[in-house]
Amino acid sequence: MTKVIEVIDVWKAYDKLEVLKGISFDVSEGEVKVVFGPSGSGKSTLLRVINMLTPPDKGEVLLRGESLMAHKAELSKLRTRIGFVFQNFNLFAHLKAIDNVSIGPRLVLGKTKEEAQEIAHKALEKVRMADWSHHYPAQLSGGQQQRVGIARSIAMNPDVILFDEPTSALDPELIGEVLQVMLDIAKEGTTMIVVTHEMGFARAVSSEMIFMDEGVIVETGTPKHFFENPQSKRAIDFLHKLEVLYGKAEADKQLV
Amino acid sequence: MTLALTLISLAVGFVVGTALALMRVYGPVELQWIAKGYEKIFRSIPLLILLFIFGAALLSWFMWAGSIVAALFVAAVFALALRSAAYQSELFRGSILSVDIGQMMAARSVGMTDLQATRHIILPQAYRLSLPGWTNEYAVVIKDSSLASAIGVIDMLYQGQAFMNTYPALFLGIILVIAIIYFVFTYPITKYVGESMTNKLRQLGLGGGKQ
Repeated sequence: MTKVIEVIDVWKAYDKLEVLKGISFDVSEGEVKVVFGPSGSGKSTLLRVINMLTPPDKGEVLLRGESLMAHKAELSKLRTRIGFVFQNFNLFAHLKAIDNVSIGPRLVLGKTKEEAQEIAHKALEKVRMADWSHHYPAQLSGGQQQRVGIARSIAMNPDVILFDEPTSALDPELIGEVLQVMLDIAKEGTTMIVVTHEMGFARAVSSEMIFMDEGVIVETGTPKHFFENPQSKRAIDFLHKLEVLYGKAEADKQLV
Repeated sequence: MTLALTLISLAVGFVVGTALALMRVYGPVELQWIAKGYEKIFRSIPLLILLFIFGAALLSWFMWAGSIVAALFVAAVFALALRSAAYQSELFRGSILSVDIGQMMAARSVGMTDLQATRHIILPQAYRLSLPGWTNEYAVVIKDSSLASAIGVIDMLYQGQAFMNTYPALFLGIILVIAIIYFVFTYPITKYVGESMTNKLRQLGLGGGKQ
């Protein structure tokens, strides 16, 4: 399997606060990697480092072997191949749902207006938002906005999609519809890196889980490994906390 | 003539003001410094003095316009537009800064260059946010355009004055009519644009205020 993303010994500090202290991992074609850990552990920074929204101080990120740090001029081209779904959706507020999705293909990929509309329509259908394509973001619920956000990424036909706590800003009853869409595209073989505490999602589709704390990767393993036999004390403690928060049954629930 | 003077000045001020605002928000320190200096200077000089500078002292610069009348008009546009640019720059800078930072991040992550993101994502939202305040700038410029009569631009006030010289007895009547005309061109527009834009912004979830 070819490696889509390689993260090699990445370091990042804000002033004196070291957020990432030598992170390395890679993601192969079709894999879904779930990154989890306590808040402040550097998960979100790690995702932003991968698409260079936050360039690292040291280290290297490769997209199919090409460095994202080599040519600044090439960066926006490479970014078109890395989707990003934000915790706060960040839909373009002045554009309707359909235009939010079609602007990338039209402006960046150079599609014609008709082609871009067609692509956007298909992407919105995939996230079950085709009926809402002429609404502005502010007229949509959080779950609907996030699904449009996912469609915006899908429409670019990227090599990998990064999800930064996509359900953390949502009311509980809206989380399911977003996770369902993520499950759908994961099963279609989309390569994904997902920062989330949704353990049901992790269990259902992740090929590997990465537990981070204080800027380092503490433990990695399959969902089975983490749910049955986690090794590090920090991971055991954290998983226990999630269980207390969501309940054991909830944490174990199969989403599918 | 008054309307032409106002609209052209606003349009030039809009372009220059946008450029200045972008320089101040995104530019390197030197450009920020230049834009800041520009604003400071043009906001601190009374319009009448700017009009005398461009319309009298530097009038020869504008003789390419053809005639004295045309040159005076261009000089008045310069004075009004360059000052308006300083105010519009402040206005746009505030709006650009109040566009959520996530919009730029999202635009970049879709693969837009910074230029594309600014042109297609940031500025359209910033202009919308500016519009209620921008109507105020329109109100200022249309009224201040009357000062151009002082250098001999044939605007509404200048024509009124000519009329008054002929019929001194009608002074109050004429000046009231002029006042009403200014009012009619100012109030309904600021009210209509301001209100409709505020509603539109509410629909887009931009800007604050009551829901």
